[in-house]
Amino acid sequence: MSDQPTTNDSAVDDVVHGERIVLNQLTKRYPGQKTAAVDDVSMEIPAGEIVMFVGPSGCGKTTTMKMINRLIEPTSGTITIGDEDVTDVNPDELRRRIGYVIQGAGLFPHYTVADNIAIVPKLLGWDKQRIADRVDELLDLVNLEPAQYRDRFPRELSGGQQQRVGVARALAADPPVLLMDEPFGAVDPITRQRLQDELLRLQEELRKTIVFVTHDFDEAVKLGDRIAILDVGSEIVQYDTPEAILAAPANEFVEGFVGHGAALKQLTLTRVRDVELHDAAVTHIGGDAQEAISQAQEFGRDWAIVLDEQERPQRWMSLRELARPGALRSVSRDPDLETISPASTLNDALDEMLTSSHGVVVVTGRRNKYQGVIRVETIMEAMQSLGSASSAPGSAEAVPS
Amino acid sequence: MSVEDVDVDPASIDAGSIEAGAVIGGDPRPGRLRQLIQPVVCVLAVAACLAYTNSKELSTKEGLLANSELWDGFVRHLWLTVVAAVLVIVISVPLGVLLTRGPMRRYANVVLALAGFGQAAPAIGLVVLGALYFGVGVWPFIGALTVYGILPVVANVVAGLESVDPRLTEAGRGMGMSAFTVLRSVELPIAVPIMLTGVRTAVVLMCGTAAFGGFVGAGGLGALINTGIKLGENSLLVVGAVLIAALALLLDWIVRMVEISATPKGLA
Repeated sequence: MSDQPTTNDSAVDDVVHGERIVLNQLTKRYPGQKTAAVDDVSMEIPAGEIVMFVGPSGCGKTTTMKMINRLIEPTSGTITIGDEDVTDVNPDELRRRIGYVIQGAGLFPHYTVADNIAIVPKLLGWDKQRIADRVDELLDLVNLEPAQYRDRFPRELSGGQQQRVGVARALAADPPVLLMDEPFGAVDPITRQRLQDELLRLQEELRKTIVFVTHDFDEAVKLGDRIAILDVGSEIVQYDTPEAILAAPANEFVEGFVGHGAALKQLTLTRVRDVELHDAAVTHIGGDAQEAISQAQEFGRDWAIVLDEQERPQRWMSLRELARPGALRSVSRDPDLETISPASTLNDALDEMLTSSHGVVVVTGRRNKYQGVIRVETIMEAMQSLGSASSAPGSAEAVPS
Repeated sequence: MSVEDVDVDPASIDAGSIEAGAVIGGDPRPGRLRQLIQPVVCVLAVAACLAYTNSKELSTKEGLLANSELWDGFVRHLWLTVVAAVLVIVISVPLGVLLTRGPMRRYANVVLALAGFGQAAPAIGLVVLGALYFGVGVWPFIGALTVYGILPVVANVVAGLESVDPRLTEAGRGMGMSAFTVLRSVELPIAVPIMLTGVRTAVVLMCGTAAFGGFVGAGGLGALINTGIKLGENSLLVVGAVLIAALALLLDWIVRMVEISATPKGLA
């Protein structure tokens, strides 16, 4: 857990672009309802951190978040962003300074990708050239080739791509604060894991203040610098770092949320880059099959990974496949070959491992270059060291045998 | 203004790009054949009528079949329909928008029910009532036509606006668009296809109903039918009925074309 991003005080090149948010005695009471939807919430969200709001549905976490950009007007209390009290400023102008990402992206279907991203810059009256440049820059940032995607309509994109455009749109005018309302709730698990990794990568560069609402505790542990666990009325039950919450849940409610398998959840705290990668038998398209076979036998493995000229993994090949004459002359990419990135968690790695048939999972870095593999043993070791480091209640029996 | 720029300008979409759009979606537009045949049938029907009236010796009773009379009746009929349609749109769109805003929402059903009465009442009754209260003539008749055509348009404006995913309006507001900008740039463009379907229904209804104009002194092709009944001249009846039907089909086709070209690209 050495380089789990903590606060913004460390490295020199860390420029925090976010601003601090302070909620002071924030209350939302709907007419005709006895109890307040959000009851007297006070909290400070530090600049440049990702703060996760987690809680059961109906606990008021979304309401609390929507009061920050005043999509919901508070009944009482104040909101401060940076040094400015924004409780009474013009809400439309306020919202142009706060990025907003919602589930399913909420892209306008009759706008192209570029037009969607350009919405806030246009509202702010930027000139055309500046907007066009910014659109391309943002598409690059979220890993979508500008020339290819700029003029597409949202229905021509996959769910994950739409969500990326949604993030790009929220970042368009470079707001110091981002609000994200269950943004990855509607995509499949693999896409979700990728989007999460990408958000973390972006955040390393951007250092925005991000308020992220989710009902998925694993997501909160993975993404959050801090987690606020909320109960009905948006009561803050515990507000701390993921490590602290996992190690010492404040009460039974939090324990229920952390759930059993706290040790397994600790896996979400460890990134792939924090563990030592194993080597696998590696060969290249057009390489020497015999060498690959002997290398694999040295490792005591029945499989070798085939890379292309750019060191990108193509497929696993068994010793028997390699023994065929001309086995490496032309190798096509296995569409089912899943890889993970150094920002992925050990939990993601375990997921991939369980769905693949090789017992190992391939780690790739920049431009999908092969870096190594993670074995089950790596994960077991990590779990043991985590288990001994923290004596979270229930962790011992929670490890599935 | 900035946001308008991204709206699809209906005039900028030519037939070519519509077809291209259909191809991208991989979904050939249904009823393409009908779109081609419909105007041809209309023109043929009109041509057949004209060939008939011009080939026969017109009796004194058949004075209305003279080319100039037919043309006047046609133009008048078209004018009655178009004026009523414009009035219907001018009334219905703001009304529909109002009925989908906040506190007014609860009156939507009441208003739609009232509009339903206008629709369900027999057209002839409505026209005669209009004539009784407001006198015989063009404007009371246009008033009656308008009442008759409001329901399908209001209903579809409401349905169209309600079909807009609430997350889109929330996303718009959340990015700092004003409520009016969201209406103009998001809700209305997305609702346009459904709204225009209502307009098309109304126009066809009103074109047919405009035939009653002949009974209350408002003119139009209905005069052929009225005179045909009174004098027992079948030639007048048939030519009047065919021309009105052809005009209604032609208007249906025109609005359909507008519908297709006004549908924003990006909506399937």
